[in-house]
Amino acid sequence: MSFDLKQLYQGFRDADTVLSLAEQIKAIAPQLPEPLKVMEVCGGHTHTIMKYGLKQLLPENIDFIHGPGCPVCVMPKERIDHAAALACQPNVILVTLGDMIRVPGSKGSLAQYRAKGCDIRPIYDPLDCLTIATENPDKEVVFFAIGFETSTPMTAVLVELAEQRQINNLYFHINHVLVPPAVDAVMADPAVKVNAFIGPSHVSVIEGAKIYRPLVEKYNTPVVVAGFEPVDVMESILRITKQKIAGEPELDVQYTRAVTEEGNTVAQQAVKRCFDVRDSFRWRGLGPIANSALKLNAAYQHRDAEIRFADCLPMTPIDDHKACQCGDILRGLAKPQDCKVFGRGCTPQTPLGSCMVSSEGACNAYFRYRGV
Amino acid sequence: MTDIDLTTLSTTKSIQLSHGGGGQEMNKLIKGLFFKAFDNDILRNEEDAAVLTLEGNTAFTTDSFTVSPLFFAGGNIGKLAIAGTVNDLAMMGAKPQYLSCSVIIEEGFDVANLKTIVDSMANELSISGAKIVCGDTKVVPKGCADGLFINTTGVGTITKSGISVRNLKQGDAIIVSRDIGRHGAAILMAREGLTLESELISDCNTLWPAVEALITADLDIHAMRDATRGGLSAVLNEWAQASDIGINVVEDDVPVSEEVRGLCELYGFEPFDLANEGTFIIALPQEQAEKALEVLSAFAACGDAAIIGEVSDDYAGRVILTSGWGSRRYLDLPQGELLPRIC
Repeated sequence: MSFDLKQLYQGFRDADTVLSLAEQIKAIAPQLPEPLKVMEVCGGHTHTIMKYGLKQLLPENIDFIHGPGCPVCVMPKERIDHAAALACQPNVILVTLGDMIRVPGSKGSLAQYRAKGCDIRPIYDPLDCLTIATENPDKEVVFFAIGFETSTPMTAVLVELAEQRQINNLYFHINHVLVPPAVDAVMADPAVKVNAFIGPSHVSVIEGAKIYRPLVEKYNTPVVVAGFEPVDVMESILRITKQKIAGEPELDVQYTRAVTEEGNTVAQQAVKRCFDVRDSFRWRGLGPIANSALKLNAAYQHRDAEIRFADCLPMTPIDDHKACQCGDILRGLAKPQDCKVFGRGCTPQTPLGSCMVSSEGACNAYFRYRGV
Repeated sequence: MTDIDLTTLSTTKSIQLSHGGGGQEMNKLIKGLFFKAFDNDILRNEEDAAVLTLEGNTAFTTDSFTVSPLFFAGGNIGKLAIAGTVNDLAMMGAKPQYLSCSVIIEEGFDVANLKTIVDSMANELSISGAKIVCGDTKVVPKGCADGLFINTTGVGTITKSGISVRNLKQGDAIIVSRDIGRHGAAILMAREGLTLESELISDCNTLWPAVEALITADLDIHAMRDATRGGLSAVLNEWAQASDIGINVVEDDVPVSEEVRGLCELYGFEPFDLANEGTFIIALPQEQAEKALEVLSAFAACGDAAIIGEVSDDYAGRVILTSGWGSRRYLDLPQGELLPRIC
C-alpha cells in the first residue's frame, strides 16, 4: 500500500475556515424555526465533534444527538459471547478488528479471554486472515466480522479470495449491520426529537448518497452527507441550518470528494454475491430490528461459523447492566453524562457498556474529549 | 581477551540452547560477540561483579526492551536498549556512566542479526560515553520468547540537581525537543507493512549530548522527561498530577510530522499518545525558553524543538489542549492497549 497521507487531512482543519463557518452559522441560527437537534449517525462524527470541540463554537439552539452508528456499540452481549465461545474452541484462532477485543461480554472481554490463553488476534486489515489461515493449516481460523456498509465489502472480498485460493480453514462470523434500518428504528420512537441528520460519508462512498433519500422523504428532515474533518462537519451544519431556515429539507452531499449518488457499484456487487439480509438482528440498546443485518448466503454456508460451530454458540439474548444507559444514548434519548455510572462505575478501563469501550462510542468520546 | 571468529559460534548460524548452557558455546558467544563489542577495562576483568567508582549523587535506572519487530525504520532493539536507559539517566540530569546488559535469546535466533543488534548497542554507547560493565545471557527454548529481550540497567552521576516531576512552577514554559510520535508510528508501520511515499523513521536516539548542552548553558531546568510509552500525553499528565499544577498546551504549536499525522488519521490514533524514543519534554522558567531552544537548535535531532505550552494555576492536575479555533478539551492519559479503529 502506498499513498500520500497528507491528503487525508490537509486543508480540512484550517482554523480560519472553521471560525468563518462558525460565524456564518451563528449569524443565521436565530432564524431557525425550532432548535436544531442534529443526529450524527456515525460514531466517527461524534469523535470529530468532541475531539475538535466543535459544539463550543455553535449557538445554543444547535445541539447534537448521537446515533447508533458505531459497530462496536451496537453489538449485543450474546454476539460477544459468541466470539468468546469460538475463541475457546480447541484449535481455533479468532481474528477480529481493533476495539472489538475490549468490549465486555457476559463473562469478560476478548482481551481477558486472550490473557487466559485463547488465540485471539486483533488486526487492521481483514485480508490478514488469509495469511493467518495459510500459516496455520492445522487450525480453524474464524474472522469475527463487524461493521456497517463501509467495512462489509472488505469481508466480501475476503470471502471470495478464501474461496478462490481454496483456503478451507477460514470461517466467518458475520455481524455486518445496515444504517438505514437502524435510523428508522430510532425515528420510530415518538420520544426522539431528531430533526436533521449528518450522514456518514464513508457509508455513502460504498452505498451512494441515495440510501439516505428515504430518510428525507419519510421524516421531512435535512440530510447532509458529511466528511469527518472539522471543516466538513462545520460546513454540513451550515448547510443543514440553511435548509431548516428555508423550510426545504433535502439530501445534500457535502463530501463530494468521494461520494456519488450511486456509490461504488463494484463493492455493492461483491456484497450482493456473498450476503443475504437477515430477517432480524438484535441491536444493543435498540432490540431486534427487521432486515437490519447481513449473513453469508447459501453459496458460502460452508464458511459460516454460526453453522460450523452452532453447537457451542449461546443463543439466549443477554441484556446490558441495569445501570447502563447505552440504549437511551444510542437512541438519542440521553447524553452520556446523563448516565449515573458515566465516568464513575463506567470508564474506558472498566466499561459497563460498549459505548464507553469503542473509540467511536459516544460515551468514550465524551469521557476522553469532554470540554473544559 | 581471546578474539573469537563469529563464524565458529555455530555451524547453523543460529543460537542454540547450548549457547546459554554455561559451557564452551556460551563462552564463545559472550567473548566473541558481547565482550568484543562492549570492550572496556571493567568488563575485561571478568569478575562476578563490576567494581565502580562513583562520586556524588548517583541516578540508577533499569528498563526491559521487548519491541516487535526487532528491527524498524531508524533503529533496532539494541539501539533502543541503550538509548532508553541512557535517556532515563539524562532526564535526571545525570551523566550516563555504567550500564549492565542482560539478554534473553530465543533458541534459533539468527547470529548475524544478533551481531547487528550488539553492534548498534556499541555504537549508541559511544554517543554518551557510557560503558557496559556487566551482563548476562540466557537462551530459552523456541516459543518461550519473541526472538530477543534485552534488559539494561544504568547508573550516572547527577550533574544538575533539582530536576523533578514535582518541581514544575507556575509560569514555566513547556518545550518539546522535536516532532512527536515517530517511534510509535514507525513500529506501527513496520507491523502493518505500510509503505509511505515519504520517509518515516523512529526518533530513537541518545539524548545526553543535548541535555548536557542545556546543563552547560546553566538553564534552570525544573523538570525533564523523555516521552516514551504513553507519549506526550503521559508525561504532561504525570507532571500535572505530581506537581499539582495545570498545563496548557496549544495544539498547533506541537510539532508533528506529516507522516505521523497521516498515519494517525488512518488508524484513529493521536500523535500525543504515540511513543517516542528520542524526544524529551522540558519545563523551565518562561524567560529561559528561547535560550533553551537556541541550545537545542545545535542538535540535528532537535531541529523542530518548540514551546508548546505553559504551566498555569487553572485546572490543577489536568492538561488542557487548545485547538486552532480556540476550543479547549482535556488531554488525558492514553488508556489501554492502542488498537486501530474499525472503520
